[in-house]
Amino acid sequence: MNILVCISNVPDTTTRIKFTADNKSVDYTGVQWIINPWDELALTRAIELKEAGKANKIMVISVGNSTVEATLRKALAAGADEAIRVDAEALDSFSTASHLADAIKQYPADIILCGIESSDYNGSSVGGMLAEMLDLPSVSSVSSLEIEGGSIKITREIEGGRQQLETALPAVLVVQKGIAINPRIPSMRGIMTARTKPLKVITASAVNAESQINSYDTPPQKSSCRMIDPENLDELVELLHKEARVI
Amino acid sequence: MSILVYAEHRNHKFNKASYELISFGNKLAGDLNTNVFAFTTGTLAREDLKTLGNYGCNTILHFPQDVSDDEKQLSRIISDIASERNASIVLIPHSFRGRAAAPRVAIRLKASLAQAISGYPVSLKPMVVNKRAFSGKALIEETLVADISVLTLNANTFGLIENVVEPAIEVLSIDAGSAATRVIQSEVQSGKVLLSEADIVVSGGRGMRSADNWQPLEELAEVLGAATACSRPVSDEGWRPHHEHVGQTGKVVSPNLYFALGISGAIQHLAGISASKVIVAVNKDPDAPIFGAADYGIIGDLQTVLPRLTEAFRKHKSQS
Repeated sequence: MNILVCISNVPDTTTRIKFTADNKSVDYTGVQWIINPWDELALTRAIELKEAGKANKIMVISVGNSTVEATLRKALAAGADEAIRVDAEALDSFSTASHLADAIKQYPADIILCGIESSDYNGSSVGGMLAEMLDLPSVSSVSSLEIEGGSIKITREIEGGRQQLETALPAVLVVQKGIAINPRIPSMRGIMTARTKPLKVITASAVNAESQINSYDTPPQKSSCRMIDPENLDELVELLHKEARVI
Repeated sequence: MSILVYAEHRNHKFNKASYELISFGNKLAGDLNTNVFAFTTGTLAREDLKTLGNYGCNTILHFPQDVSDDEKQLSRIISDIASERNASIVLIPHSFRGRAAAPRVAIRLKASLAQAISGYPVSLKPMVVNKRAFSGKALIEETLVADISVLTLNANTFGLIENVVEPAIEVLSIDAGSAATRVIQSEVQSGKVLLSEADIVVSGGRGMRSADNWQPLEELAEVLGAATACSRPVSDEGWRPHHEHVGQTGKVVSPNLYFALGISGAIQHLAGISASKVIVAVNKDPDAPIFGAADYGIIGDLQTVLPRLTEAFRKHKSQS
């Protein structure tokens, strides 16, 4: 069973987000790039399955210019076997999914893993789009994945509960936290061997975006916090009822 | 041209998010001078179906076979109906299965997709929407360029607008095709308020001290009719289940009222709660960053403050 993990290259989640002067784009100067947290958990589960002898080859794939290669190398250092970079600009979810779909036709896998969203644009779209473009089944909000022989068992979250499912393969699984808890940190040996692992660069045909960001803004700041005396909580109830009108 | 709403239900009753989406669709239909259709799948009683009419939906398309569990099958059916009814806007709840189906529907319809929009569009022609990005650290305005838009809505950002009409119910007989996935087992709690669409969320952090101390928090949630939640350390420690984790890598919530109890307010937690209208924080540390994000703050120990809070809300409830 071969696993392909789709990786998004995102700013470190503790980054303070700044915009350019015209508010039309993000100012990425000085930003540290990381593997999108959910993609990292997907990769971690893939590595665990390989270590347990349940999966054979782990490939990672990302769309972007040469700056994403550092992130792909991190994935190789953590335990992936091969990396693919699609040399194109990820304009929006649609263009990203289109580029991934074209590449995956050349490098098929039994299980394709995507994080449930990326921590930059929070689009929650690439996995589902990719599955539809490849005409594959998909299962989303997956919190557990087991491989048993030639088939897989999945747990996914739904409103107010969860389900266990089986799916025909190949399939796209869109994963959330729970699939793994702590991301795999590359070992020194992993970092050394990552240098010799294959990182292929493939060219892409042009794809138009389906959406376009007009402007960025910072969320409105809260006015100061009104402190309530813990001995007088009726005041809080009164404020929530009459001032904030939320109860 | 028309507006199509996919209405979801849990245990054969529509979710609040579905009523909110119908309200939203009805406003779009008014502004675009067109009709709003609702589509739903699975077993539903006629009187439950008709409740969609309370928010202005005059045509309900009901497919009695439940296809909501298979993403490929569900999205094929939604997109076929959208094409047949010439829908220019398809509205889908931003739920687990809704957000999974929406991208597939968008690809099938060659539509633009915006997930988790915050409220009514800025413009309808062209379609321009507001969304959060960078896990709540930025707001963006986005133009959807395709002729058809598929939108999912962040819960509680539009609200319910009652507008009672007598809806026509059409029972659909369509070829459902076969499912690529098979559900082996489902566990769904019926009583609990859904975290994703709750008006009020009561959330606990490390300040709750241990897994055994949650009874008072659950009591407060019960008095308020609230959903319960927690911060990341709490779910990582196994004090509470992962599905309650609110924050950057957990759930993003948008209630009217959020209680942060013993939560210090790490940037990753704030990312998950910044869409809340009002935040109340209780913490014994007066310098906790949560007070910078809260509207109302109480400095104190939860062991004494929490039971008093519950008592104060109980008193309010009995008086109102």
